[in-house]
Amino acid sequence: MTTTDLGMPTHGSAPVDPRGGTALVPRLEEGATTLTKKDFTSDQEVRWCPGCGDYAVLAAVQGFLPDLGLRRENIVFVSGIGCSSRFPYYLDTYGMHSIHGRAPAIATGLATSRPDLSVWVVTGDGDALSIGGNHLIHALRRNVNLTILLFNNKIYGLTKGQYSPTSEVGKVTKSTPLGSVDQPFNPVSLALGAEASFVARTMDSDRKHLTSVLRAAAEHRGTALVEIYQNCPIFNDGAFELIKDRSQQEARIVPLAAGEPVRVGAEGERQVLVRRPGGGLSFVPEAEVDGLEVVVHDPGAEDPSQAFALSRLDSTAMTHVPMGIFRDVQRPTYDDQVRAQVAAAVDTAGGPATEHDLDRLIRGKDTWVVRS
Amino acid sequence: MSSKSVQQLDRVVIRFAGDSGDGMQLTGDRFTSETAALGNDLSTLPNFPAEIRAPQGTLPGVSSFQLHFADHDVLTPGDAPDVLVAMNPAALKANLRDLPRGATVIANTDEFTKRNLAKVGYDQSPLEDGSLESWHVHPVALTSITVEALAGFRGLSRKEKERAKNMFALGLLSWMYHRPTQGTEQFLKSKFGAHPEVLEANLAALRAGLNYGETTEDFSVSYEIAPARMAAGEYRNVTGNMALAYGLVSAAHRAGVPLVLGSYPITPASDILHTLSGLKRYGVTTMQCEDEIAGIGAALGASFGGAMGVTTTSGPGVALKSETIGLGVALELPLVVVDVQRGGPSTGLPTKTEQADLLQAMFGRNGESPVAIVAPRSPADCFDTALEAVRIATTYRTPVFVLSDGYLANGSEPWRLPSVGDLPDLTVEFATAPNAVDDDGTPVFLPFLRDEETLARPWAVPGTPGLEHRVGGIEKADRTGNISYDPDNHDHMTRLRAAKIERIAASIPDLEVDDPSGEAKVLVLGWGSTYGPIAAAVRSVRNTGANVARAHLRHLNPFPANTGEVLRRYERVVVPEMNLGQLALLLRARYLVDVRSFTRVRGLPFTTVELADAIVSATQEVTP
Repeated sequence: MTTTDLGMPTHGSAPVDPRGGTALVPRLEEGATTLTKKDFTSDQEVRWCPGCGDYAVLAAVQGFLPDLGLRRENIVFVSGIGCSSRFPYYLDTYGMHSIHGRAPAIATGLATSRPDLSVWVVTGDGDALSIGGNHLIHALRRNVNLTILLFNNKIYGLTKGQYSPTSEVGKVTKSTPLGSVDQPFNPVSLALGAEASFVARTMDSDRKHLTSVLRAAAEHRGTALVEIYQNCPIFNDGAFELIKDRSQQEARIVPLAAGEPVRVGAEGERQVLVRRPGGGLSFVPEAEVDGLEVVVHDPGAEDPSQAFALSRLDSTAMTHVPMGIFRDVQRPTYDDQVRAQVAAAVDTAGGPATEHDLDRLIRGKDTWVVRS
Repeated sequence: MSSKSVQQLDRVVIRFAGDSGDGMQLTGDRFTSETAALGNDLSTLPNFPAEIRAPQGTLPGVSSFQLHFADHDVLTPGDAPDVLVAMNPAALKANLRDLPRGATVIANTDEFTKRNLAKVGYDQSPLEDGSLESWHVHPVALTSITVEALAGFRGLSRKEKERAKNMFALGLLSWMYHRPTQGTEQFLKSKFGAHPEVLEANLAALRAGLNYGETTEDFSVSYEIAPARMAAGEYRNVTGNMALAYGLVSAAHRAGVPLVLGSYPITPASDILHTLSGLKRYGVTTMQCEDEIAGIGAALGASFGGAMGVTTTSGPGVALKSETIGLGVALELPLVVVDVQRGGPSTGLPTKTEQADLLQAMFGRNGESPVAIVAPRSPADCFDTALEAVRIATTYRTPVFVLSDGYLANGSEPWRLPSVGDLPDLTVEFATAPNAVDDDGTPVFLPFLRDEETLARPWAVPGTPGLEHRVGGIEKADRTGNISYDPDNHDHMTRLRAAKIERIAASIPDLEVDDPSGEAKVLVLGWGSTYGPIAAAVRSVRNTGANVARAHLRHLNPFPANTGEVLRRYERVVVPEMNLGQLALLLRARYLVDVRSFTRVRGLPFTTVELADAIVSATQEVTP
């Protein structure tokens, strides 16, 4: 597998939520022995195919989790079904390998009832966008405090090579011998349309970029969706070759940097994204931008329309592939609000319910007494 | 109070029937409350269409509420009404066939217009053509008298005044049966407190109804029903759905864990979601999720985190939740699945009752996937059944089905209030430390090392240091919980999961048989909401001098340990069910006993008469 340097993603202009994604999760005490990658590695043999992009993501996650400074027992990984969903077995945290597509729903129940946990969802393009599409969009619109890692290899791996909801039109697979006729989803566009508060894209082959996106996602309070382009060497090898190939990647990858003009291409061939009078975006050579409206990336913008427009630069041909954080805004999270309603109700009533309170509840307002 | 005569009765069945928008459910509820306050025993049966407002005045739009009350213990809402209040021709037509000859009909003549009669196929008014001469008919111009009584309310439109006619009807019936109306007045004050004129109008309509009975010659007799002899204590009236919600809250409190409900609205279970959503003050978390699957997913996620995860639904929702229930079986986590059964298959009869999900609960999953199943027998019993479900779920770390149904959900009965402090202690213990040592003598945590008595695995919740572990739907190695595809291990684990559910039988009481003579040859065995109708039918058969034994199952999986022995004790076992013989199938398979099914799927509870007939036939077959 080649490595790819995507540059470094940066946060939006919005202030980082002071409570952060892990604000209520117990941390290791100051001065305590810090954890290492080894502490997050389970004793289970990793069973992905040789050369699978999942290895790189696993290594990155195991390597970066200690940096969060959280207590290991307060981290939970929940997954669905598919190759990537074996992920939790290889991490020495709490974990649940659940059923196909349902991880966001299960994680929603867990995160809502346990504010002291850092809850991660590991899913794939089939798991999250086909069978579990409904749960994904509802987790995003609710803004549950979860970090969702969506491994996108544009193929079904575990069922041995059928096309997925992110496969390109015309994809020839075992189940589509004449080519698929389905229009694929763009996961970033979908997430933005589902009211996501944090959406990013990264790639298995750039450890630094991957790690920094994951860190930003973990720090985000609310649902953070990270699409990770991941190569399946068995059933869809080379799916991302156009952007991994060193001779082409610079011309194709659009690194998103907050506060910076959106640019692509090497020095001398650089193009800059401008907004046309009709509102459409297009790249023009750097020398020709005078008098045009240059697009400056602002992941913190309340209005998601520019982030959405950026997500549409992407196409099956991978002419331009934006990478980095598309959107990072703050809005109240579902779980915080659910807990706040319960806490306020308990407070107003003067504290947790006692047996006496329950007796009063079940009595209601309309009782009668029968004497012996 | 009056010069009119007063008769004593021991029991009465009243049915209020009208258009969906006529407020019949409310009228029935209020009359029930007045009756409960008087100390009668009672049972109720609301019956309403699935459509929110079917076209006005049509047969599909008829909504009714039946109430049976007596000076003795009441077991069913009653087979046939003694009194029918018909607010329009559709209500008369839809209910007349249930009305025995000689029963009383109070009909709202104002609605018997040419147009309304035509809507339901009457050429002439049945109130005038003599076709009702076998019944005792009171034609009352309910609407116009109400409007007239409210003439002074200038701020109200005619339509608003007409709307109070259900209070007039309630007043009239309250006069007829000597019901106290203070409770209803209080109720109206809290309901309409913000609209003084509407409040006064409703109170005036109620009083007008009372006065109408008192002064009109058409009503010459009123009736008294003495209070029933009931066990001493404080009572309230309760529906099954409410009792179930209260049972879940109380059980979680006794277990010392938070209650987390993940649900999706579905008739007839939604009221449990509504009730629990209002109980945040008691620490209850409710999530209305995007679908049935997410509802149970959220519940299971909460259980993984150490809460009592509950999901509430009806049959179609169970079908969607099946895979997650299977995951619960594999993960061996506590989970309560409440199925308020309704007529099926598919959408079926959303507002009507049925017991046809027993086999779905028992077998409706892939693989060998045993779960515990319990069923309440009456509205108030939903409270105790919820406690039992939580006890089994937390003790044995398993999904537990509660099979309620539409009849229990919406029906009501007096409930002798328990004291929450006297309920069973359901305290759960989470794993806090390693439970084994490895070959080197290092302490380790084995997430699937079982309790010897219950075969339950430890409940180790995230946040517990040193017990980090992974669970999943893939087959797990015994003890360690690691992925295992080993053939012998799968065989072993499959049998262990089955054995764990069987172990529950050791913690439940024996099946009790009610056989007063000790000489019965016929046993009538039921489950769930057929309890009342079966008990009433058995009582009526015994009154003819025949001997019949009766038993009722609360636990459907596993069955009580003595079930086979009880079945074999009788020459004939009759199993009445509101399905086509699902319990009978299980009993025959399990115990090789030739039980006889008696089945009806009409969307309504059994009538006492049809059940009594079936029991009499059985006794005649075995009597030489």
